[in-house]
Amino acid sequence: MNAITGHGAAVHIIDCGKTFPDGTQALAPASLDIIAGETLVLLGPSGCGKTTMLRIIAGLETPDAGGRILFDDTDVTAIPIEQRHVGMVFQSYALFPNMTVAENIGYGLKIRGVGKADRAARIAEMVALTNIGGLENRRIDQLSGGQRQRVALARAVAVRPRVLLLDEPLTALDASLRDRLRSELNRLLRSLGITAIYVTHDQAEAMELGDRIVVMRKGAIAQIGTPRDVYFQPQNRFVAEFVGAANIVEGPIAQGRLSLPGGWLALSDAADAAAAVAMIRPETIGLVAEGGASLCGTVESVSFIGDRQRVIVTGAASKPLTIDAPNGINVEIGQRVGLSVASAAVRVLPKED
Amino acid sequence: MRDRLIFAGQLGFTLLVAAFLVVPVLLSISAGITVNYFRGIQSGVTLQWVAQVWGLYKGEIGLSFLIAFATLAVTLVVGVPAAYGLHVRGGRLSRVIEEIITLPLAIPGLAIALALLLTYGGFGGFRQSWLFILVGHTVFTMPFMVRSVMAVFASVDIKTLDEGAASLGASPWTRFCNVIVPNALPGILAGSLMVITLSLGEFNLTWMLHTPLTKTLPVGLADSYASMRLEVASAYTLIFFIMIVPLLVAMQMFADKGEKQ
Repeated sequence: MNAITGHGAAVHIIDCGKTFPDGTQALAPASLDIIAGETLVLLGPSGCGKTTMLRIIAGLETPDAGGRILFDDTDVTAIPIEQRHVGMVFQSYALFPNMTVAENIGYGLKIRGVGKADRAARIAEMVALTNIGGLENRRIDQLSGGQRQRVALARAVAVRPRVLLLDEPLTALDASLRDRLRSELNRLLRSLGITAIYVTHDQAEAMELGDRIVVMRKGAIAQIGTPRDVYFQPQNRFVAEFVGAANIVEGPIAQGRLSLPGGWLALSDAADAAAAVAMIRPETIGLVAEGGASLCGTVESVSFIGDRQRVIVTGAASKPLTIDAPNGINVEIGQRVGLSVASAAVRVLPKED
Repeated sequence: MRDRLIFAGQLGFTLLVAAFLVVPVLLSISAGITVNYFRGIQSGVTLQWVAQVWGLYKGEIGLSFLIAFATLAVTLVVGVPAAYGLHVRGGRLSRVIEEIITLPLAIPGLAIALALLLTYGGFGGFRQSWLFILVGHTVFTMPFMVRSVMAVFASVDIKTLDEGAASLGASPWTRFCNVIVPNALPGILAGSLMVITLSLGEFNLTWMLHTPLTKTLPVGLADSYASMRLEVASAYTLIFFIMIVPLLVAMQMFADKGEKQ
């Protein structure tokens, strides 16, 4: 335990579900183990249960009967949030308007009976860590959105929480500020080495910040994995489409080949199937000369985006394919092109019911 | 030119409406310091009626303030935590309770008083003390406190602030003192203002509930209108005015200051 971090606790979620009094099930019973010190991102569209899961871990919601939450080996299910020793950053920040920036940051320490001198030292440390020097005596309504976000983070970290919980902390900010704060936050979380659970609906945020990502859908966990796992090896169509852009193609598989209307694709390892569904990321498709290519199509549109160009090709699969091509090559609308895809980049997805 | 005419017309109309409202007040006040109202102000100006009213009714005046501040104390102690509870808990039950608290606004004061008399009239000591009137005033003013505090809670997202304080380790009581009350202050002040003025001016309920020994300002006012010279009743109005206006101004200033913070 160094000066800045607390000790991060491992969090074990065991069979935690949540049914609201009106009968809607926000979260199907789920289990999840969070390793001490890792940043785990709960990712999903609104209403997928990610915030409910976070609030259960925080102690702001109680799980349905049978669910348990453990911090390290301690069962905290029945312990209210104020005794769980967590830090929380809310989407709306929840900074106290009746206190200054410094008073906000020091509030948790004051509650814990930390003396005035120690408190001031810790506040100064937090102010330096989150780059908000000079704002200590401001009132909350005198701060910009980005400054509020930093104060909220400083306040949550100041108490050396066992688990840091972040509920869409960047959502209320505009796009450019969000990007900047995201990398700042990333650096901070790495340097703190704290156990952090981060809720977001933004897959770019999830990729950058998460050691592991839990993709959620309709109150259930759709996949757990590292950002690379989730991106390259989605376990189902929902994950494939929610995380990054994805081409979904359908066709029969025979002898290691996926047949499509415009030709075929080689697969690295796949059982024969009469009807299969596969995913291909746009940047893994190469544009090649038509002759000799196993899969061909016609260029329908080309949009130049700057660092790359987005090419839509029809005729290859039953739906138009999106291809991210290098910005240097020359493609024309109406041109016939060949498509090359490494067999490892074609991910066959399980049948959905 | 046309704009100026419109402006003059609007100003004239506003002044007329203001005069319609203010003139009776001024007449009443002037009557209170006139030697003989029927002979008019030329009969002379005097403070004898004011002095007479003070002599006769200072008990009522004192009791009115006692009841008003006691009512304020009760509505603060009960109403603010109730508003907090109702807001944080939410849901249908909370709304039903809020409606029940608000009900006395829709029920005539006389009916409330009658119900209180029927139920508690038998407890002699209680019936004869000023506490009986305090109960009536509390029932009547509680919705104003609860509602104005709840309105502030809704506007500052007090639930998330509360959760924020809880996440930092604050117990419910600490949260209530450090976060809830300071941030609800504008609503608490507005509610207090309403409670004090309503209690001081309340007549319907009080008239039913009072005994000869527990009369308040407005009841005494009705008394003096019914049984004394017009000048005495007017002097009474004047005293009522002098008492309540500074109070209103003070609380309004306080509320403005609270909002600015």
